[in-house]
Amino acid sequence: MDANSPADSSRQMPPHAFSGPSGHHASVGPSHDRPIAGAGLPEKISVRNLDFFYDGYRALKSVTLPLYDRHVTAFIGPSGCGKSTLLRILNRMYDLYPKQVATGEVLLDGVNILSPKQDLNLLRARVGMVFQKPTPFPMSIYDNIAFGVRLYEKLSRADMDERVEFSLRRAALWDEVKDKLRQNGMSLSGGQQQRLCIARAIAVKPSVLLLDEPTSALDPISTAKCEELIDELRSDYCIAIVTHNMQQAARISNFTAFMYLGELIEFGNTEEIFTNPAKEKTSEYITGRFG
Amino acid sequence: MSISNSATLSMPVGGLYHRRRIVNKVALSLALGAAGFGLFWLVAILWTLLYNGLSAINLPLFTENTPPPGGEGGLLNAIFGSVIMTTVATLVGTPIGIMAGTYLAEFGRNGKLAEVVRFINDVLLSAPSIMIGLFVYELMVVRMGHFSAWAGAIALAVIVIPVVVRTTEDMLKLVPNSLREAAAALGAPQWKMITMVAYRAARNGMITGVLLAIARISGETAPLLFTALNNQFWSADMNAPMANLPVVIFQYAMSPYEDWRQLAWGGALLITVTILLLNIGARLLAGLGTTRK
Repeated sequence: MDANSPADSSRQMPPHAFSGPSGHHASVGPSHDRPIAGAGLPEKISVRNLDFFYDGYRALKSVTLPLYDRHVTAFIGPSGCGKSTLLRILNRMYDLYPKQVATGEVLLDGVNILSPKQDLNLLRARVGMVFQKPTPFPMSIYDNIAFGVRLYEKLSRADMDERVEFSLRRAALWDEVKDKLRQNGMSLSGGQQQRLCIARAIAVKPSVLLLDEPTSALDPISTAKCEELIDELRSDYCIAIVTHNMQQAARISNFTAFMYLGELIEFGNTEEIFTNPAKEKTSEYITGRFG
Repeated sequence: MSISNSATLSMPVGGLYHRRRIVNKVALSLALGAAGFGLFWLVAILWTLLYNGLSAINLPLFTENTPPPGGEGGLLNAIFGSVIMTTVATLVGTPIGIMAGTYLAEFGRNGKLAEVVRFINDVLLSAPSIMIGLFVYELMVVRMGHFSAWAGAIALAVIVIPVVVRTTEDMLKLVPNSLREAAAALGAPQWKMITMVAYRAARNGMITGVLLAIARISGETAPLLFTALNNQFWSADMNAPMANLPVVIFQYAMSPYEDWRQLAWGGALLITVTILLLNIGARLLAGLGTTRK
């Protein structure tokens, strides 16, 4: 177990809670037989009673969960369960589209970002996002990184160079691109493009990183590099990652939220979710019986 | 070839299959015939143009003004006028077209107003150019009391706008939404996203649209007949009638004077080559856009 993991093995549930007759566990809602996982850690983001509607269709149902600072939280669940929807609320990406409404509260450092008064651009500068498919801008590698920085900071040439190098180093891409910073970002390989996107997100110095299936379009080697990177970044950011790959969730996250049909079924320490889930549905999903 | 091969193999050579092959051959010949018919006229026109026009291409064509009947001369003032009016029209029409196209693709999208603007633009796109000439004639020539190069340039600009609006919108719509979201995710306001990211991604296509618009107006005659008219002499005054290639060709080609008709051939070849080059340039740019993605 790495030092950053909050997994508190002393709180491990006895095995019978999982293997016994589990009908009564199938009820929906926060589990009452254990304390909220990670309680006591600093909450960077608190999602409270969050509902989300796509043109009237209720895609999230009263979701409540914490995202802890300097920890990785994975959202898992079958397709269409609302994981990506939840992630896209955290930087209000849904606001780009009409007819999408979120109700409830999402507190970032105690401030409700769902408030209409929230400045979206400032919010998104603090809450970075990386998408499923790499999305390099049609400009040089250097400018891809400088683009976001220039939006909010006036840096001297030397400072900008330094920031670009810092971000690329942090994204484990520097050695591969340091001699071709003027080349178009789209000339990189898929895995490099995705790390470029992560570097771009880091460059604006956000405090939260949202990763929406960041490795699903990548080959295994690139995926491994990205996972290493996420592991590195954990010490500085609050990271939320949506993934379809349960091994990935188990490998890189500290906490896991299992979602199903728009509801948060279970939230807990990743180790517990994968070895000893409290809910029947969770155990069915992680053992591959549906989804 | 594979059809005849398979027929000799174990295929059931029934009546149905036989009929299919015949129908296929008939359809193929008809299609080839139609393509050949179209190509024949294109080649015939280009050949006639080259045959008659090449002999008219000489140095005086580019250095002397249009002559009186029987005199020596060239097309300098007409070439100059065409270049000036086309340039002004492009400079006026392109920004308006790009802004309107940007509105349609990035802001209006499927809103009511956007639908209306899009429909009107389509109407304008296919409007007969003589109508546009008459419109500008009423709007400017009648009020100013005389023909002018300004009126000509504005009439051409009105033709440029819908072409640029359409290509700008189409090209911006090809920019993947994920790119817009990626820019927004960094905290970029919408205008930054459009100017720094979307325009860059769509740049080649948008330039192609402008080139095609220039190609379109450089051969337009009708709108200029009602606006810039013509000028037998050198004139760089935008407030006065100005010579231009299409109208000079129109007048000289209809004249009984052999040397005028010769100049008209030269002018026609010049315009055709220009448009051809613009189209090839547009093609190359568009190809560049798709391969680099």
